[in-house]
Amino acid sequence: MSDSSSPSNKHHHAHHFDSAEHEFDASKFGIWVFLCTEILMFGGLFVGYIFYSGKYPEIFEAGSQFLDWKLGAINTAVLLLSSFTIAISIRNIQMKQKKAAMRNMIITLVCGLVFMGIKYKEYTHKFHQGIYPGKYFNYQPHGAEHSSKDANSHGESKGEHGKVEHMDSLPENIALYFSFYFVMTGIHGTHVIIGMGLILWCLIRTRNDEFGPEYYTPLEGAALFWHLVDLVWIYLFPLLYLI
Amino acid sequence: MSSTPGKNYLNEKSGLWSWLTTLDHKRIGIMYMISVLSFFFIGGVFAMLMRLELFAPGALFEGNTYNQMMTYHGTIMTFMVIIPGVPAFIGNFVLPLLLGAKDVAFPRVNLMSWYCLMVGAAISFLTLFFGGVDTGWTFYTPYSIQTNGTVLMVLGAFVMGFSSILTGLNFIVTVHKLRAPGMDFFKMPLMVWALYSTAIIQVLATPVLAITLLLLASEKLLGVGVFDPALGGDPVLFQHFFWFYSHPAVYIMILPAMGIISELLTTFSKKTIFGYRAIAFSSVGIAAVSFFVWGHHMFVSGQSELAGVIFSFITMLVGVPTAIKTFNWVATLYKGSIEFRSPMLYALGFIFLFTIGGVTGIILATLATDVHFHDTYFVVAHFHYVMVGGTLMAITGGIFYWFPKMFGKMYSEFWAQMSFLFVFSGFNITFFPQFILGATGMPRRYHQYLPEFTSLNQISSIGSWTIGIGFLIALGVIIHGLLKGEKAPKNPWGGLTLEWTADSPPIHENFETTPVVTAGPYEYGR
Repeated sequence: MSDSSSPSNKHHHAHHFDSAEHEFDASKFGIWVFLCTEILMFGGLFVGYIFYSGKYPEIFEAGSQFLDWKLGAINTAVLLLSSFTIAISIRNIQMKQKKAAMRNMIITLVCGLVFMGIKYKEYTHKFHQGIYPGKYFNYQPHGAEHSSKDANSHGESKGEHGKVEHMDSLPENIALYFSFYFVMTGIHGTHVIIGMGLILWCLIRTRNDEFGPEYYTPLEGAALFWHLVDLVWIYLFPLLYLI
Repeated sequence: MSSTPGKNYLNEKSGLWSWLTTLDHKRIGIMYMISVLSFFFIGGVFAMLMRLELFAPGALFEGNTYNQMMTYHGTIMTFMVIIPGVPAFIGNFVLPLLLGAKDVAFPRVNLMSWYCLMVGAAISFLTLFFGGVDTGWTFYTPYSIQTNGTVLMVLGAFVMGFSSILTGLNFIVTVHKLRAPGMDFFKMPLMVWALYSTAIIQVLATPVLAITLLLLASEKLLGVGVFDPALGGDPVLFQHFFWFYSHPAVYIMILPAMGIISELLTTFSKKTIFGYRAIAFSSVGIAAVSFFVWGHHMFVSGQSELAGVIFSFITMLVGVPTAIKTFNWVATLYKGSIEFRSPMLYALGFIFLFTIGGVTGIILATLATDVHFHDTYFVVAHFHYVMVGGTLMAITGGIFYWFPKMFGKMYSEFWAQMSFLFVFSGFNITFFPQFILGATGMPRRYHQYLPEFTSLNQISSIGSWTIGIGFLIALGVIIHGLLKGEKAPKNPWGGLTLEWTADSPPIHENFETTPVVTAGPYEYGR
């Protein structure tokens, strides 16, 4: 950040590696191992999801009616685009196209912001309806409709309202669905924010000329992480929205 | 880098700050040593107090206090002592040396793992100021959701889990990428195989604990109800999740200890290890099977009978690679020129105690007998035979084995042997009666018992004091060796693995020139 005075992308490898390639290989391997731990962690949530959706399919079916699949689809598209742009930015670095690399990283970051913005919208809308996880769930089919109209004058969820009105009686323990919804998307959202932080850091380092064809390991790692975050969402979207 | 004469990793830089910011795997190993031994002392004090209470029930503590001491003893000993004990402490120090490498693959990640352990431990100890935790180290729901302090404790364990993951990740990459020229996988010392298998478990199992503990915390904070039957959740799912980590975790504890034993036995019998490949593959085999046996903790938790039968069968399979190791170790001793130095005594003690622990494990893996033994002192005796009689004996033996390499000093052999005598005999006095107590029906985790259990409990408590004396002697030997020990030669035991070709203590980069490996690790009589 401050040491932009030395524009050199000559990276000296650490003393315990034979060469820069050796270090790059090891680092990339390490990142892949780390991604395995991420998959195992989300795996726990998916196992829980499978267990409960098998046990109470009606809860998950009813719960998903409260989500707007269009918003989920937009977010899926946004993340897919961002995965593409971050991959291209690595190619740009390899081709010494600093400007283009930075532009692609910025597009990735904007995509991340759009994703989080839409998530924020979805969350606040649910909170206005009284949809909270587990024991704090206090959605009232009629009372909540008023409050949601008051709080949310935008018609962003017209489709949802139509469906919700038909459901006079919600299945027992429907809050369990929202427990999974909030925990899964919450942890995923945390990963999106961390990923954005990593990409921002790479953006700054690119601006400071620290990356070049010989050395771009952090960007490679951040991009792999971002792809994983994208991949997790690709599973979350159908599991939560498209039941 | 130049190697100035008289310079080594200990005196190259000085000052506390140089330690707290070090990237040298050996220094990080020593920092782990200090932390793990301190935690061991604290956890040990809790254990002694529990045994004191059981010497004369009701005289010392109330039930609540006892439950808290039991919880802290368990949590400290598992998460802060045995799990980091071999990989993060001894492994950190010896792994690059055994491989002929200058450091682990990611030195900064390595340092971060130490800070994760420290921060996690600090958070866990904070619970003491908020009324304490009395759930036992397993945090079973629904009780753990109803009590206070669980969230902090669980957060601490979560952060400590990162320490374990980072160490495992580092070791996997180090073994793959940083072996000395000429060292293929089958020229690696067996300690490396063991650490590698352990690292795989750490990386694959710990994230599941992380998500389990996150769910438990959000159960308490957000009321998500995933484990709460009132909201449609299922407490047994918590047990599945918890043991999916915690059963492989017991192999995080024992596998690297087995690696130490392989090193000690060959060096002190001056003989090529018997069945190198069998021992190496059995490490990987145990790591693989470890992921499919968690259900044996839940035979009486209401899982399906079919699941019980399957888990029982797979659990018995663990006995196969374990027995392969044990038989190979014994075969290694056969016709060797055995030297009864203190590390060797600990290794032999390991084989004796671990075998008892392992065989009683088969009894517990059997469905019908487990219903009788479940949640009795039989289980307590069983896992202490494996964890203390196995892992802690191996760690102590490992400390005495690599002490000259770590500090360049020798220690008092006589007192080291005395420590073994006390620990070994005290251990059997403490825990063997517990097999009988359990078999005759004394349940675990109670601060009181029926009058007919009195004499065996008192014998057990007397044994605990003997163990305590033994470990205090060992601590004294270490401190005395550090202060007054004679200068250690490069290779005091005649070991053939690479660390003995480095200086004692090694220089910052471990070896003057990168070693080139041409022969297997244990080729005595070459």
